[in-house]
Amino acid sequence: MRNPLSKKIIDIQPSGIRKFFDVANEMKDAISLGVGEPDFDTPWRIREEGIFSLEKGRTFYTSNAGLQELRNEICRYLERKIGVSYDPKKETLVTVGGSEAIDIGLRCMLDPGDEVLLPQPSYVSYLPCTVMADGVPVIIPLKRENEFKLTVQELEEHTTPKTKVLIMPFPNNPTGSIMTKKDLEPVAEFVREHDLYVISDEIYSELTYGTEHVSIASLPGMRERTIVINGFSKGFAMTGWRLGYCCGPEKIIEQMIKLHQFAIMCAPTTSQYAAVEGLRNCEEEVQEMRESYNQRRRFLMNEFRRMGLECFEPFGAFYVFPSIREFGMTSEEFATKLLQEEKVAVVPGSAFGDCGEGYLRISYAYSIEELKEALGRVDHFIQRLRESK
Amino acid sequence: MNEKKEALRLEILKYIEKHSRVELGELAVMLGVEETDVANEMAEMEKEKIICGYHTLIDWDKTGLETVTALIEVRVTPQRNRGFDRIAERIYNYPEVYAVYLISGSYDLLVTLEGRTLKEVSRFVSEKLSPIDEVLSTATHFILKKYKDHGTIMVPKTESERMLVIP
Repeated sequence: MRNPLSKKIIDIQPSGIRKFFDVANEMKDAISLGVGEPDFDTPWRIREEGIFSLEKGRTFYTSNAGLQELRNEICRYLERKIGVSYDPKKETLVTVGGSEAIDIGLRCMLDPGDEVLLPQPSYVSYLPCTVMADGVPVIIPLKRENEFKLTVQELEEHTTPKTKVLIMPFPNNPTGSIMTKKDLEPVAEFVREHDLYVISDEIYSELTYGTEHVSIASLPGMRERTIVINGFSKGFAMTGWRLGYCCGPEKIIEQMIKLHQFAIMCAPTTSQYAAVEGLRNCEEEVQEMRESYNQRRRFLMNEFRRMGLECFEPFGAFYVFPSIREFGMTSEEFATKLLQEEKVAVVPGSAFGDCGEGYLRISYAYSIEELKEALGRVDHFIQRLRESK
Repeated sequence: MNEKKEALRLEILKYIEKHSRVELGELAVMLGVEETDVANEMAEMEKEKIICGYHTLIDWDKTGLETVTALIEVRVTPQRNRGFDRIAERIYNYPEVYAVYLISGSYDLLVTLEGRTLKEVSRFVSEKLSPIDEVLSTATHFILKKYKDHGTIMVPKTESERMLVIP
């Protein structure tokens, strides 16, 4: 019998810590600091709108690009939030989560051999999606001393004549790092000079603290070379609804709609109706969640300082990224031991790229009470480690 | 009052409205300010009666006590120059009265009694409330079940079904 599998797919490495994830998810009595999704339920008015749409029998496909009503709201929202205006008919596509937009965006922009600049640590899907699109991922290891921001020097070191796309994963999962306007300006200049395109994954844009999110698309000359990806999962606590979107130049979005049409047809209809309500009337709920995350973030940072765990202060997403280098273990060893001995699940930094080695991703999408309990255990654990040294 | 102070006050109030037992040091960390700032603002707000007390939300139904909560609609004749205030005072001074609100619409005062027996409520209405000259009529409602009180849902929430680790 012939091998049913494509060589390209077999060659894509499954996440190295897949085993760790499986073990952790099996441990029912463990407590966790390891999730990448909000602990809040979707705001009730959004859920209710979804229910209402079902009652009304709105169970058909929408147009491929998404409900026009939703696309209109998305464009109003982006205009409001990042100050960039898009045509809701030709420059906007509603996708199945931000993840789909990452996938089809890369497929639409890459020819075999095109290089994609991929800053890491970052979300796990950019690399395999690049490979599936026949692109060549070129990893840029971000540095702790730059607070895991991307610098022009790093871009220079990794750009070649084959470089076509730069992925901008900010606010960042797993580091919580953000890029301010001042940080973005030189990057944008570099992108323009080298005639690159940007896929800007702004899924955590609602979750920045003490400073407003700035999109690289809002900088001069960047709108026409940027795909902005965003969605409802994080800011609106709608992970399970699987709803995201992307906006960009018609030339690219048009092709993405084509791929989306063949692979997906349209994003879930119920989710789309619900999301309209989210964009129209949930500013207050989103704000409240943001404030709550910010309190937890400060709480967590203070606890780490108290424990003497080295950690830069992140201002985005809902993660902190402390260093565990002092213990002389790999991230995965540390996380496995912590899970076994204290039953606390965290994610090894190495899950997000080799340069995440030596760090842990700790999520604060938990109540203060849960954080206290879990951090108490982490504290015991590191005290034991320090004593035994 | 300067803007920063006002913002801090609002943040404190919003937090302690739901978590009145929070330690000040912890609250200060969460709000990103000094503990003394929090303590000072709270003391000031107590003095200004913005903070009127620190109470506990109790689900009495779970204690096994056979008590009821009653909402009593009261129609009254307002008094010259004093409106409803005097008559409200006569009512709210009874210790068994939990709350008194002046209400717009088809009746005037809403009086609530908490944690009392049926007998106590009926005695209060017939012996204390109704005989007041200005009281024209009363209508007593008993609460059968509290689903949500003080912004808190009283029915137990099902356990979270989130996975333990997700990238």
